Amino acid sequence: MINFQAVRVIYKYEMLRAWHTLLQTIESPVISTSLYFIVFGAAIGSRIQEIEGVSYGVFIVPGLVMFSLLTQNISNASFAIFFPKFTGTIYEIMSAPISFFEIIVGYVGAAASKSLIVGVIILLTANLFVDLRVEHPLVMLLFLVLTCISFSLFGFIIGLWATNFEKLQLIPMLVITPLVFLGGSFYSVNMLPPFWQTVTLFNPVLYLISGFRWSFFEVADVSVGISLGMITLFLLACLALVWWMFKTGYRLRP
Amino acid sequence: MPNVIEVQSLAKTYAGGFEALRAVDLEIEAGEILALLGPNGAGKTTLISIICGIVTPSAGSVRVAGNDIIADYRITRELIGLVPQELTLGAFDSVWNTVNFSRGLFGKPPDPAYIEQLLKDLSLWEKRENELRTLSGGMKRRVLIAKALSHEPRILFLDEPTAGVDVELRQDMWKIVRRLNDSGVTIILTTHYIEEAEEIADRVGVIDHGKLLLVDDKKRLMHQLGRKQLLIELKHAIDAVPAALAEYGLERSADGTCLTYTYDTQGERTGITALLQDLHGAGLALKDLKSSQSSLEEIFVSLVSSK
Repeated sequence: MINFQAVRVIYKYEMLRAWHTLLQTIESPVISTSLYFIVFGAAIGSRIQEIEGVSYGVFIVPGLVMFSLLTQNISNASFAIFFPKFTGTIYEIMSAPISFFEIIVGYVGAAASKSLIVGVIILLTANLFVDLRVEHPLVMLLFLVLTCISFSLFGFIIGLWATNFEKLQLIPMLVITPLVFLGGSFYSVNMLPPFWQTVTLFNPVLYLISGFRWSFFEVADVSVGISLGMITLFLLACLALVWWMFKTGYRLRP
Repeated sequence: MPNVIEVQSLAKTYAGGFEALRAVDLEIEAGEILALLGPNGAGKTTLISIICGIVTPSAGSVRVAGNDIIADYRITRELIGLVPQELTLGAFDSVWNTVNFSRGLFGKPPDPAYIEQLLKDLSLWEKRENELRTLSGGMKRRVLIAKALSHEPRILFLDEPTAGVDVELRQDMWKIVRRLNDSGVTIILTTHYIEEAEEIADRVGVIDHGKLLLVDDKKRLMHQLGRKQLLIELKHAIDAVPAALAEYGLERSADGTCLTYTYDTQGERTGITALLQDLHGAGLALKDLKSSQSSLEEIFVSLVSSK
């Protein structure tokens, strides 16, 4: 037996929330991405040589999309569960006939959907600045969807873990931004000295960006199979962690 | 009446080591109004929270309509509606949306006609488009009640429902509670106002320091524990109770003009006739007589202090 009604109302509630904060949800990532394109793509990019046959302005598109997606997913999903905890309205979710899986499908599904929409909008925006081509649209879509789901889950975990607003902001700022910048968003890993190339291989975001970039230009730092494997692994790890959190009632059910 | 809720040796110790509940046994009959009475921190909210699924019990079990609250949580939670103590509501949702959200959360398909009637009954219909943050405290309380009733529960928990509520809403609330109860809904409410329990409950449970001290029919409780006092005002002050009246255990007021006689309403003989005769015999002239029955509050105070 699945409580479809509950999943429906949670999903609808979260999507409606995005609608009310439309400016924040859609405009800000679009504006910040446009700024990156103007600075890195047009201004600096024109003076940088092509990377593996791709002009620099185009080369950074997948990385920029990923950057926005990760930030969006995490902030969407973490806030969605943190806020009811903060205001106390979580009591209703906890007392409802609903399983942890249904709660996740509702909240994470909505956060992932929102981010997916933002991702597509950013791609369309990018298309205004550079001439974009996508070699493998289906693989691209697969990466988008997998990234949205797994990082929304990750954001959900942060929202469950955070006990105040400071902690809520901590992970995105302290962890995600460096991982994205050092994950090859703006360069190919081959451009790094050998030692740092090895270090970079421990950065999970590298696999995301590399695989995502491959779907555009067939240019990748690691093979696309490994990329898919890594993101699936990350997804499963997040799922296991959330399952454990709900089972033990971690910061939800004393 | 069959039991709709069966609580067995339920205990809860919070992570910090605080023992909120100690081996509580409680049976709640279908269709009754039960008031859980106790001071702040007695364990009332913990008990309710465990039954509703918000708090995990440390030991013991709870069955709702024969189903275990953990193994069969889907069945038990669907039967229950909870009005929490705090005014915990979102800020930007409309009244209409939040009540419909609650209904869906509890697995019920949308039923606009039912929600409309519910909002009208709670005088919320005019406010249905308002954002929750714009509502007054009393209105928020009404919204919480509407949310708790949105999925047509068979059991309703009201945790301190009248805390910070004005007279009008309190009366409205009791009207709603009685009407729900007439339609067969079991009602459990917590309070530390004794008059409330006295006014509305069928049975009263007294809880303190995590222990259920007793549960009994309200009338029987009042009757059993109820003592009456006879206040005897004297025309002339006395310095001490005359030795001849020693057996009555009279209490003399500080100024000596008043004697208090406490007697059991249960007893075959109250001893009043004999007392009056003896008072006359001792040469005391009476000015006035007054009798009073102890309220639940006095009963409660004596219970809590004696255990």
